[in-house]
Amino acid sequence: MRYLLRRTLHAVFLLLGVSLLTFLFSSLTPGNYFDEMRLNPQISPDTVAALRAQYQLDRPLPIRYLHWLNAVAHGELGFSFAYNTPVAPLLWVRARNTLLLTGTATILAWLMALPLGVWSAARLGRAPDRVLSWATATLLVVPDLVLALGLLILAVRTGWFPTGGLVSVGFEELSPFHKLRDLISHMTLPVLALVLATLPMLVRHIRASVAEVLDAPFLRAARSHGIPDRKLLYHYALRAAANPLISLFGFSVGTLLSGSLLVEVIMSWPGLGPLLLEAILARDLFVVIGGVLLSMLFLVAGNLFADVLLYWADPRIRTAASAK
Amino acid sequence: MQPLLKVENLGKQYPARKSARAIDNFAALDAVSFSIAPQTTLALVGESGSGKSTLALCIACLETPTSGKIFFEGIDVTALDQNRQLLLRPQIQLVFQDPASSLNPRWTALDIVSEPFLVQRRFSKPDRAVRALQLLDRVALPRKLAGRPVGELSGGQKQRLAIARALALEPKLIILDEALSALDCSVQAQIANLLVELQSSLGLTYLFITHDLAMAAHLADHVAVIQRGRIVESGPARKILSSPTHDATRSLLAATPRLFESPREPVSF
Amino acid sequence: MKPLLEVESLHVSYSARTGEVCPALAGVNFSLNPGEILGVLGESGSGKSTLASSLLRLLPANGKVEKGSVHFEGKNLLEASAHDLRKIRGGRVGLIFQEPTSSLHPTLQVGRQVSDVLAAHENLDRLALQQKTSNLLASVFPADADRISRSYPHELSGGQRQRVLIAQATACSPSLIIADEPTASLDPTTQQEIVQLFRALRQNLGLAMILITHNPALLAGLADRILVLYAGRVAEIGPTSRVLSSPQHPYTAALLRCLPSHLADDGAPRKPRLNIIPGDAPDLSLQGTGCRFEPRCTERMEVCILNEPAPVVSGELHEVSCFKFAG
Repeated sequence: MRYLLRRTLHAVFLLLGVSLLTFLFSSLTPGNYFDEMRLNPQISPDTVAALRAQYQLDRPLPIRYLHWLNAVAHGELGFSFAYNTPVAPLLWVRARNTLLLTGTATILAWLMALPLGVWSAARLGRAPDRVLSWATATLLVVPDLVLALGLLILAVRTGWFPTGGLVSVGFEELSPFHKLRDLISHMTLPVLALVLATLPMLVRHIRASVAEVLDAPFLRAARSHGIPDRKLLYHYALRAAANPLISLFGFSVGTLLSGSLLVEVIMSWPGLGPLLLEAILARDLFVVIGGVLLSMLFLVAGNLFADVLLYWADPRIRTAASAK
Repeated sequence: MQPLLKVENLGKQYPARKSARAIDNFAALDAVSFSIAPQTTLALVGESGSGKSTLALCIACLETPTSGKIFFEGIDVTALDQNRQLLLRPQIQLVFQDPASSLNPRWTALDIVSEPFLVQRRFSKPDRAVRALQLLDRVALPRKLAGRPVGELSGGQKQRLAIARALALEPKLIILDEALSALDCSVQAQIANLLVELQSSLGLTYLFITHDLAMAAHLADHVAVIQRGRIVESGPARKILSSPTHDATRSLLAATPRLFESPREPVSF
Repeated sequence: MKPLLEVESLHVSYSARTGEVCPALAGVNFSLNPGEILGVLGESGSGKSTLASSLLRLLPANGKVEKGSVHFEGKNLLEASAHDLRKIRGGRVGLIFQEPTSSLHPTLQVGRQVSDVLAAHENLDRLALQQKTSNLLASVFPADADRISRSYPHELSGGQRQRVLIAQATACSPSLIIADEPTASLDPTTQQEIVQLFRALRQNLGLAMILITHNPALLAGLADRILVLYAGRVAEIGPTSRVLSSPQHPYTAALLRCLPSHLADDGAPRKPRLNIIPGDAPDLSLQGTGCRFEPRCTERMEVCILNEPAPVVSGELHEVSCFKFAG
């Protein structure tokens, strides 16, 4: 228990540190939104000055940071200059869209990778394993960019799938069933791109971890007791190989918000990625900070999640932790 | 004559969690006292968990005792600071039970034996190679094995290598922690003979930690019996093993497997 | 009485990564009667662990049975189907491997690991399974069986882990147990306890056992017969008392002489050196003619260099493979 509390405390400190750094860096970048605004003849210099004062951009850095921290603690992430709306709701909507995509892709990828990896490890070195290894290696080598573009071209050429966006025009008028169908058809290609990007690495990791365990004495001992092969593979081998895989899963959870930027931009999926990209280019300070912070939150949470899972799954870690 | 090693009231406690709140101290060693005369062998016998290995680690300065003193050649080792202890370390060497895990299997035999020279920064490079080969000769390891990775050596050869490594820095005391227990019977005999020969030619002193009473009877001049961190009986090997006074010794003797039901029946060929 | 197990002319080899084939067992013959304990005495390189694995076809990927037969309860195990073999493993023959520490799954409770063996062979509902598992554990752990059932292997001592392995091996009341170095890493008191346990098992369940070890003293009070294995061949096989008191094969004799003269309390001066067998364990990858022990034998003859000795009867139920006894 204390182990978990310690881990959580670490996570909180980490988040604070990241927020400080992000705030620092984005404040230090040359130029700010207001400089661009001043060049806009439609806005009077007084308005600009007033806005500047309102956002306290004239105060020293530490004060600004503390104000911002206080606001964040209350759930307020600031104001987006570019979109002219509070940051928080903007981020939530975009983050939700991203999670829809990456969540689906991650679940699908893991569900496919586990049996593939285990199956491959059980036939190590033989023809089926070789074919799979070759296929995963090829997929790994192909850059995500090329994969996404390739799928986009497929959509354009065949017209089977929409070429971008979350939903079609006139979405609101559709029946619930059609709404779902529309969403799925828009999601298919981006999810496919993400799955193709992450599946090979997962399969290889799972295959490697399980293969290592298959040689272990305890597995041979279990086989000598007549335990059937399927049970040996899934209940004994996979369980014993779980530790590195749990860490990997934590990583998957951690990159739920940050891993899909490329695909979102190419497939015009209105997620967090494109938002952050625009915000950086437009020097929209609070959106950038908010977005980075949210991504970091997921990363840290993902790691914490992995720690908790490991603690729960491996009794040796529980023993070692309580001995400290 | 001054004993080479004198242990006085040595205690070692480990904090062991009993529950989330209570921390009990687990006494691995409790008021242990004994001494070893130079060029003799003391066998420390006891069951698993009796504290034998903890004692070995304390004497080799790899663990700090929580109480008591250790005198090596009259010097109080426990009172020395880190640096001075480091100077003393080469004189006390350890040989472990499992050569497979105490020797890096990828290194060659020559690497293993030269490592102490490198760590202590002694001798020039060509000198090191010469001395390393000489050490291999000393333990009767054929020179052709020098370049082979340790993983390819047999158990007996690995243990010889471990002994060669222990001899590299010309120690006075060698602690053998169950060093023969993992070996086959015929190999145990070979290594035991090697140890006896090295003792007489190099003037070594041995602390032989074991639960094999038969081998202890053969190798040791004196025996100390340890149970639950305390020395319960000690004295000349002959006396202790033929007429034990403490229960722990008696039960160990009774548990030692014998070739024949009656210990007096000789093995005839 | 029909033998429970008959091993005939068993040849097993391993292939190294370089493609070389290295023989590990070269023609092992023996038989075992129901309820009998056979001790297999062998040192490193003798092929003893290979023997344990090959009987149930549990060799690693690079191991192969070249020829021979293993008849168990009338069936040749080497030709049995995968299904039959799985039923026999753990069901009719229990196997206890070396190293109790690494023979147990690190993250499963030991109670679960024992009940898995039961579940693999018997059709029991959950309650019956639980009951049978607790009974089994209670038979090897007279006290504390419940707590141990919920423990993980790393929380147990070496002796306790060994008992769990024994519980697993005897779970389905097999007729034969093969134990590979069951007491190797244990201290004398625990060793003694395990030996008592084996005796009790033989008495209560009528178990036959193949006990593989390098320590002759272990077999003294336990085995009915001893088979001495050297370089993958049977050097000698006979009743325990005879093999230990008047060993016929030079290797057996030399091995027994190596043991420290037992706790001599007869006032004789302590011998400074132990007897040894000169030379090293044979390198099985080197093919050769003649007796494999010959290079280290103090009684070698010309004929030993050229030919391999065949087994010869040298006493009641006693066979030895040595030219000293050939006609």
